[in-house]
Amino acid sequence: MAMEITQFLLAAQSADAKVRTEAEARLRQFQEQNMPVFLLSLSVELSNDDKPVESRRLAGIVLKNSLDAKDAIRKEQLVQQWMAIDISIKSQIKDSLLRTLGSSVPEARHTAAQVIAKIASIEIPRKQWPELIGSLLNNMTQQDNPAALKQATLEALGYVCEEISHQDLVQDEVNAVLTAVVQGMNLAEHGPEVRLAATKALYNALEFAQTNFENEMERNYIMKVVCDTAMSKEVEIRQAAFECLVAIASAYYEVLEPYMQTLFQLTSNAVKGDEETVALQAIEFWSSICDEEIELQEFESPESGDSGPPHSGFIEKALPSLVPLLLETLLKQEEDQDQDDTIWNISMAGGTCLGLVARTVGDAIVPLVMPFVESNILKQDWRCREAATYAFGSILEGPTVEKLSPLVQAGLDFLLNTMKDGNNHVKDTTAWTLSRIFELLHSPASGFSIISPENLKRVVGVLLESIKDAPNVAEKVCGAIYYLVQGYDDAGPSASLLSPYLTDIISCLISTADRTDGGDSKLRSSAYETLNEVVRCSNIAETSSIIAQLLPVIMNKLGQTMDIQIVSSDDREKQGDLQASLCGVLQVIIQKLSSTDETKTIILQAADQIMLLFLKVFGCRSSTVHEEAMLAIGALAYATGSQFEKYMPEFYKYLEMGLQNFEEYQVCGITVGVVGDICRALDDKVLPYCDGIMGLLLKDLASSELHRSVKPPIFSCFGDIALAIGEHFEKYVPYALPMMQGAAEICAKMETADEEMVDYGNQLRRSIFEAYSGILQGFKTVKPDVMLPYAQHLLKFIELVSRDNQRDESVTKAAVAVMGDLADALGSNIKLLLKDCLFYDEFLCECLRSDDEQLKETAGWTQGMIQRVMVL
Amino acid sequence: MAPHDIRRPFKRAAISDQQKRRELSLLRQAQNRRDAQQQARCLASSILSLQSAAPESQPEQSDIELETVPEAEQESEAFSKDLDVRQASKLRGPEVRKWFARQLMLPEWMIDVPDRLAQDWYVFARPAGKRCFVVSSNGTTVSRQRNGSILHHFPSALPAGAKIRDGSGSAQSYCILDCIFHELDQTYYVIDMVCWNGYSLYDCTAEFRFYWLNSKLEESGACNAPSHYHKFRFSAVPVYNCDQSGLHAAYTGVVPYAKDGLLFYNKHALYQTGNTPLALVWKDENCSQFVIDTDGKGEIPSQQQVVLELQDDRKLVTSDDPPVLFGCLDGDIIEKSGLHTGNLLRFAIGDGGLSFVDGKLEKADLIYLGKSNRARAFADSYSKGFQLKSL
Repeated sequence: MAMEITQFLLAAQSADAKVRTEAEARLRQFQEQNMPVFLLSLSVELSNDDKPVESRRLAGIVLKNSLDAKDAIRKEQLVQQWMAIDISIKSQIKDSLLRTLGSSVPEARHTAAQVIAKIASIEIPRKQWPELIGSLLNNMTQQDNPAALKQATLEALGYVCEEISHQDLVQDEVNAVLTAVVQGMNLAEHGPEVRLAATKALYNALEFAQTNFENEMERNYIMKVVCDTAMSKEVEIRQAAFECLVAIASAYYEVLEPYMQTLFQLTSNAVKGDEETVALQAIEFWSSICDEEIELQEFESPESGDSGPPHSGFIEKALPSLVPLLLETLLKQEEDQDQDDTIWNISMAGGTCLGLVARTVGDAIVPLVMPFVESNILKQDWRCREAATYAFGSILEGPTVEKLSPLVQAGLDFLLNTMKDGNNHVKDTTAWTLSRIFELLHSPASGFSIISPENLKRVVGVLLESIKDAPNVAEKVCGAIYYLVQGYDDAGPSASLLSPYLTDIISCLISTADRTDGGDSKLRSSAYETLNEVVRCSNIAETSSIIAQLLPVIMNKLGQTMDIQIVSSDDREKQGDLQASLCGVLQVIIQKLSSTDETKTIILQAADQIMLLFLKVFGCRSSTVHEEAMLAIGALAYATGSQFEKYMPEFYKYLEMGLQNFEEYQVCGITVGVVGDICRALDDKVLPYCDGIMGLLLKDLASSELHRSVKPPIFSCFGDIALAIGEHFEKYVPYALPMMQGAAEICAKMETADEEMVDYGNQLRRSIFEAYSGILQGFKTVKPDVMLPYAQHLLKFIELVSRDNQRDESVTKAAVAVMGDLADALGSNIKLLLKDCLFYDEFLCECLRSDDEQLKETAGWTQGMIQRVMVL
Repeated sequence: MAPHDIRRPFKRAAISDQQKRRELSLLRQAQNRRDAQQQARCLASSILSLQSAAPESQPEQSDIELETVPEAEQESEAFSKDLDVRQASKLRGPEVRKWFARQLMLPEWMIDVPDRLAQDWYVFARPAGKRCFVVSSNGTTVSRQRNGSILHHFPSALPAGAKIRDGSGSAQSYCILDCIFHELDQTYYVIDMVCWNGYSLYDCTAEFRFYWLNSKLEESGACNAPSHYHKFRFSAVPVYNCDQSGLHAAYTGVVPYAKDGLLFYNKHALYQTGNTPLALVWKDENCSQFVIDTDGKGEIPSQQQVVLELQDDRKLVTSDDPPVLFGCLDGDIIEKSGLHTGNLLRFAIGDGGLSFVDGKLEKADLIYLGKSNRARAFADSYSKGFQLKSL
């Protein structure tokens, strides 16, 4: 029954584009004509050892992609498609896949294992492939089965465990699977291929083994086997075993106590003497332990009443041995590691872990690290100086300000001098350490800073000198400037301290952005991002003229990007990146200058030219809109108000384009936000564009392709439009309101166990209320009756939400407000409806008792509005 | 996922604030949306509270009319003068400004001496500066100028004027003060009190309002020197009976502020929005540095100017109620200048000046200068024209 498709599979990989396209078309044709037979043919191709590796490879890929997709909606379609296939064809496919596990060709075995897991993920939860586990286990128990089959079977078991939940199987099956996997790791019985596959399978099966980890005996056994395997003589197997330990550290932290002694020995030996791939995993084990303890410290709820320590304190106990172990790794730097962002080595992993340890234990780390810093910081060997600085920089987060500030105070001048060190790495790490100091110990807004008004001049001087250093150093210096200025954000009078240096800082950052020796664009984008922070945090009263001068400079640069010669798609991308940075700067400038009435005129005067530039930026691309330009336009619309009307005829098409961008949903979401800005800016002057906008918004809402995060903002946007155009919203009511009601019903049925869903549900609820509020307020004076038919549904929805104990504060506020809007707009018309409502008194009382003044006020107002209705 | 991809940013974090910019934008948009919706609600809410605080009005019967002005027949804007709760709550942007602009009591120019001046009137030296409404509510204080635009947004010691937890500021509490902001000493001189701590004084006599003003303002601490939660000092002005000594004191007395004329308030008058003959202003060179209009640079223009509102029928009227006709505009000018009904136009008074017959304006020699400043909310009053004549 299966078709012969080898030639097409081969042709589809031809170098000749014509041949390739034709073959792809034929394959598609087969697929469309008879999907089940096509899938069967693929599985037969994959299982046949006589076929070429290339056609089998593609067959496997196509088969896998017919069963699973990243996108949830597509995935659901594929699942439905598989389930609709005739059962006899499905068993033939499954049989040939299971057969393929024994293939002599490693790649075919591997692919078959993956495809089996994909089918299992569909069928096992539905109890449709009960014999799978049995037949896989059977492969393992037959003593004389070839190693290749066992290896592929273990792989398949691992993938299956990864795909399904342990609750999909009965516990006996779970146990049998784990037993098979753990036995596969047994040194005496198996060769290295099988043991490696078993170790990797265990890694995939760890989440699956929850019940077994709860049982002390089983846990002891698993831990023993993993620890033994971590000492195998094959480096790959050792690495896989350490990867298991890392995963166990995260998943089973609570039960690790009895094994910590052994684990410390194992990891310590690995860090000191093993191959780097293994040593990195050993360090990662400790980093994962830190992650767990930090999380338990930070998120342990204070009201639980439990006064005991939030965790087992493994890091604290290991501290005296762990810290020296990590410090040693810092001396194993590679030459040029700072020039290449892809390098990851033991010294970097060690420093990172040291930083996590500092966050876990706080002050206790300081006396263990400082002697290392002091003894190495002055040595001839750059490695010692760099390691000392890195160690110092790593422990700046975690210990208290009291503990750190004397040390930093004493060391700051030294660090500033070190920016003239002869070694690039030392300067790189020093600049990074300075940025950490400014990030963590410089907060004039909260009253503490390591930088006094007296030494600020020197700090700025050193930074502006060092920003001219090599690109990697310059980039770290940008980071230091970024945090330096951030400290002065909202810092009251201290904010003025920076003002005298602003001109110099800005001009240095612009020169840095203009540098061409950076290799990639990272330095440039860091310079511009830092410039943004400088503008954002500056004291507007003192620096408005400086920022006003910056505006034409940036506009000019953006204008120049239009002249870049575009030959390749690479050029196009570079142009887009540069435009993104510059639009970002413009956005920040627009926001800064429009924040006071005095400086807003600067933006108003330049608005025409700014808008022209943004339109040109949009013009550089054919099908997508530029996200940063869109963001900046929102800020401009807010600043210019009704004046924005004149830009609409030109801008509108890009607005449409943004609203239709399903793939880059962020762009779509930002465009929806800009529609809101424009509504508030133009009021009813937005009317001529509303048909188009509403059409697209409704389409967006109905789309299953568009990322769900964009949908709540669309509802809020309905409210913005209605508030702007008032009664003219009437014609959209028959389309928009059913959508809102439908969404309200979805909210009612929403899953409440999933935290992410609860979040989303809250967003959706709030946005639906905001839509109702805007529409009700819009119709209030002129045509409130339009909303009368929807009042009951809305009240029911408010009631439902009022009874939901997971609603967040913002939802409560929106719900109370919309109830007031309903009473305010519809007046006596809803008297009868309200009389039948029993929930609102209690709900209002709850709100009136709140600590939130805003909520109390809104509730008071709503109460007044309802009382008014009731006495009419 | 390879763990080092998560760990890598420790020393190599790229500075990228795109997400931050997105979030800040969203935050700004959400804030603006809340403001827009809240504005509609708050406006209604403050009128509602005014209503319930004034026992004389009939709350159930209809939406109250704050404006005492009957609807002018010529009123052609969609914006009607007699705002009710529903209409006011719909107002946005420029209309809010306009609404506020109409809430101030505006004195007429004193062109003759009222009867019983000594018995029934108060007098005080008007501080030079920006006339504004100061509204404190919900932990913040906002001052709005005559044209409705915001002058300051600040914390103050007025009830509900700053976010401090002393229990005094209940949600319903708020104040509305009629003030003049005096630039030189950065002080708000309170010339009248419209609402205090949620209690409406609209329907109280000037006598009571001034008494209340003098006792409550001091009590509240609003007259204290500026501090973190009290950005500007408030001060009452010395108010005198209109007898010989009172007039003398107001006219020549030393006050801590620059004088800009004398204000006369009828003791029995309620707070009435818009122009009223129950409040009068007098200016001469002894009690005001601004006897005549000056331009933006403080120089006296060669001709005095008036701002008039253009009506449907090309008539030019004052802001008085009922409006006083000052003249008619040529159809030509209207067309050429693209003027519309409701535009506020600036005129110079030509050499012909204003001619009056029996106290009524007969003829005015007006020279069209152009549209008035956008921030302007309404035309000059008739009595301004009158005083110009008397100079």
